Amino acid sequence: MKPAPALAAALILLAAWHPLSAAAADTSIAAQLARWQGQAGAPASAERGQAFFEGRHGGDLSCSSCHGMPPTGPGKHASTGKPIDPLAPAFNPARFTDTAKVDKWFTRNCKDVLARECSASEKADVLAWLASLKP
Amino acid sequence: MKKQMIPVPAAFVAALMASLAWADGVPMPRTVPAAYTQECGACHLAFPPGLLPAASWQRVMAGLGRHFGTDASLDAGTAQPLRAWLQANAGTYKRVREEPPQDRITQSNWFLRKHREVAPDVFRRTSIKSAANCAACHGGADQGNFSEHAVRIPK
Repeated sequence: MKPAPALAAALILLAAWHPLSAAAADTSIAAQLARWQGQAGAPASAERGQAFFEGRHGGDLSCSSCHGMPPTGPGKHASTGKPIDPLAPAFNPARFTDTAKVDKWFTRNCKDVLARECSASEKADVLAWLASLKP
Repeated sequence: MKKQMIPVPAAFVAALMASLAWADGVPMPRTVPAAYTQECGACHLAFPPGLLPAASWQRVMAGLGRHFGTDASLDAGTAQPLRAWLQANAGTYKRVREEPPQDRITQSNWFLRKHREVAPDVFRRTSIKSAANCAACHGGADQGNFSEHAVRIPK
């Protein structure tokens, strides 16, 4: 038996409202950009962000080695080959919606690419550039 | 109804089922912690825990700060339940009992034997990249299905 359309709609609404499903979306790329820009104390630059994203920083890898260039489509993990969902939020709305996740991956991935953590201004620049990528 | 528990045949059946299971791969345990898929599965296949013995998982989890060339450290609250789950579901079947060099699944004797017909340059193809990229060739890898019939090696 098919559920009545009204019931289905109510269930969808309930699922959307349920606190568990809303828990992950505690931030947005705009909020994260404001956060790092505030810490850097200077305006971000999308242009610098792009150069940073593509640059090798003295190692073998760039951000784009795994996320692709531009990161608007699927990427591929540089050593394991596992597919990676698009990074630019206009192409993947799940990106930059969870503060803990943003922090974790900036830390981890900056260590892989730069052998150090990224500065607040570097993060702000990259976010400014990612936010500017539109379909 | 009388209870009829006969331990020896039960053990035999369990062993038989384990070997049958191996014919098609190592199924994922019925419950997989969300953090396992999210954290471990972010960079590589969320490997079925039965592919490594408990001692190897122990070392992998103790060395996440230097995890095959990357810092995969997790906070203690996330790591502890994963460690327990991996220990509880680690491989115990004969083949998996030996600890492979560097605790690499791909260096296990059974893995090398199963893949001896695959030339090293096949693994290096851009479409595959690494022997650890199970899903590149094994369509059902994320469910622990490594059946030979489902293998499709990409160009």
